[in-house]
Amino acid sequence: MIGVIKGLATTIKTMLRSPVTVQYPDKHLPMADRFMGFPGLLWDVKIDESKCVGCKVCARYCPTDCMYVSIKDNEKYAEGKSHRKKMVDDFVLDISRCIVCGICVEVCNFDAIVMTQIHEIGNTGRRGLWADMDTLHAMGKEYEEEHGPAYPENQAVGEEETAQ
Amino acid sequence: MVKTNGDAKLTLKTEEVMVNIGPQHPSTHGVFRMRVTFDGEVVTELEPIFGYLHRGSEKLAEERTYTQVITLTDRLDYLASMSNNLAYVLAAEKLAGIQPPERAMYIRVIMAELMRIASHCMGLGFFINDLGALATPLMYMFREREKILDLFELVCGARITFSYMRIGGVSGDLPEEFMPALVKFINEMPGYIDEYEALLRENEILISRTKDIAILTAEKAINASVTGPMLRASGVPWDLRKSDPYEVYDRFDFDIPVGSTGDTYDRFLVRLEEMRESVLIVKQAMEQIPSGPFRALAPALIHPPVGEAYAHVEAPKGELGFYLVSDNSIAPYRCKIRAPSFINLTVLRDLIIGWKLADLVVIFGSFDINMGEVDR
Repeated sequence: MIGVIKGLATTIKTMLRSPVTVQYPDKHLPMADRFMGFPGLLWDVKIDESKCVGCKVCARYCPTDCMYVSIKDNEKYAEGKSHRKKMVDDFVLDISRCIVCGICVEVCNFDAIVMTQIHEIGNTGRRGLWADMDTLHAMGKEYEEEHGPAYPENQAVGEEETAQ
Repeated sequence: MVKTNGDAKLTLKTEEVMVNIGPQHPSTHGVFRMRVTFDGEVVTELEPIFGYLHRGSEKLAEERTYTQVITLTDRLDYLASMSNNLAYVLAAEKLAGIQPPERAMYIRVIMAELMRIASHCMGLGFFINDLGALATPLMYMFREREKILDLFELVCGARITFSYMRIGGVSGDLPEEFMPALVKFINEMPGYIDEYEALLRENEILISRTKDIAILTAEKAINASVTGPMLRASGVPWDLRKSDPYEVYDRFDFDIPVGSTGDTYDRFLVRLEEMRESVLIVKQAMEQIPSGPFRALAPALIHPPVGEAYAHVEAPKGELGFYLVSDNSIAPYRCKIRAPSFINLTVLRDLIIGWKLADLVVIFGSFDINMGEVDR
């Protein structure tokens, strides 16, 4: 009997605490800085082109093969406006297959991909979860607008390269 | 009922009944099925049936690179992904001969111990839930698990499938805001464990339902190679953190909680005490953690030399081992997983036979199995 009363005392103490439940769709808890949503591509604002050069390293390292990338020659490089010889031609990411592991971001040599915080991607059609290049760039832009540059430590390096 | 002619003696015609429990049953912790034969209310035969959640993780690992396999290990015991990550990267590091930096080892220990607290929270919560204390203790324990998941989110950005550990270290250093949050949590946690104890430890209902129920003797446990809290509840002080220290566990001072009889109540108590010890380990690791690099210089694509390696860790559920064979290619030639939950199930039949239906659920709950790991 004593044990039960002790337990009840604990329950009563807990009842007096403020609740920790948050009514989810109406209220959102703040996400951690590193929170990983689905990946997005970054846009080089200075040259007005994608940072992705289409090297496919992310596609090769992806555990679920959710990316489809193709590469082309960069016209802006021929004109002398850009330091990127090659440019991404098409980039499709199957969000329904992405497992948000962050390996693509880790292996990218050009700091062109970033884990955005976009995670509420409910959609009615299956094809709706295929993100094309424009969508991915929009996701990356949204991320940088909210959180500042995705790779602040490498920002200076990029500028030097552009100057050359 | 047959009444014999002219005699007051009554004979009752009985027969054994076979009942399927699961695969969709709230008490089976996933898609586990037990084909149980009952004599009245007493279990006379039990046959565990599993494989409903089989995804072929071991086979899938053979066509993935060493780094990609980390994402598969997250999905084994999904309540203790960090421990799975740790066991796998230890095996891969052994195979490739990569030495992680000291800071990485401390970070991994902190993560593994936090994961143990979270996993035991769930194990105990669902065990009490199976006893019929619907939701109250479970929700308390969910509350603390949530805090641990928040800590993990700070570090690696994910809450369940972390993929945090990498071959040669971890994927990212601890962020600035992590340490204050961890200190706050570690200072609060013993109070919460006291709360669980006050709520449950002396509860007469819990004691009458679990004390001296389904005693697992030390001899039987060792013969069936049961590991983890189940083995320690039987009185065997076997903990890989002490008996075969990996990472930096030999630098910490902690006890191994051991049960006395090996009954269901002991299995409950051992888990409760282990949470306290984990808090102690995290506290010591926090004080000792050195600064420095968090990841050794290792290529993203490793080609380990031809050979084999086995590494094991003390996962929340028992000894989790990874056996890797390399043929000098980018993917393991063979990846065998020694899943503790699966091997602990060996004694299920022996323990449950002779007990009643109501005990079956409780005994099974005290195993703390995870189907993601059993079926792999």
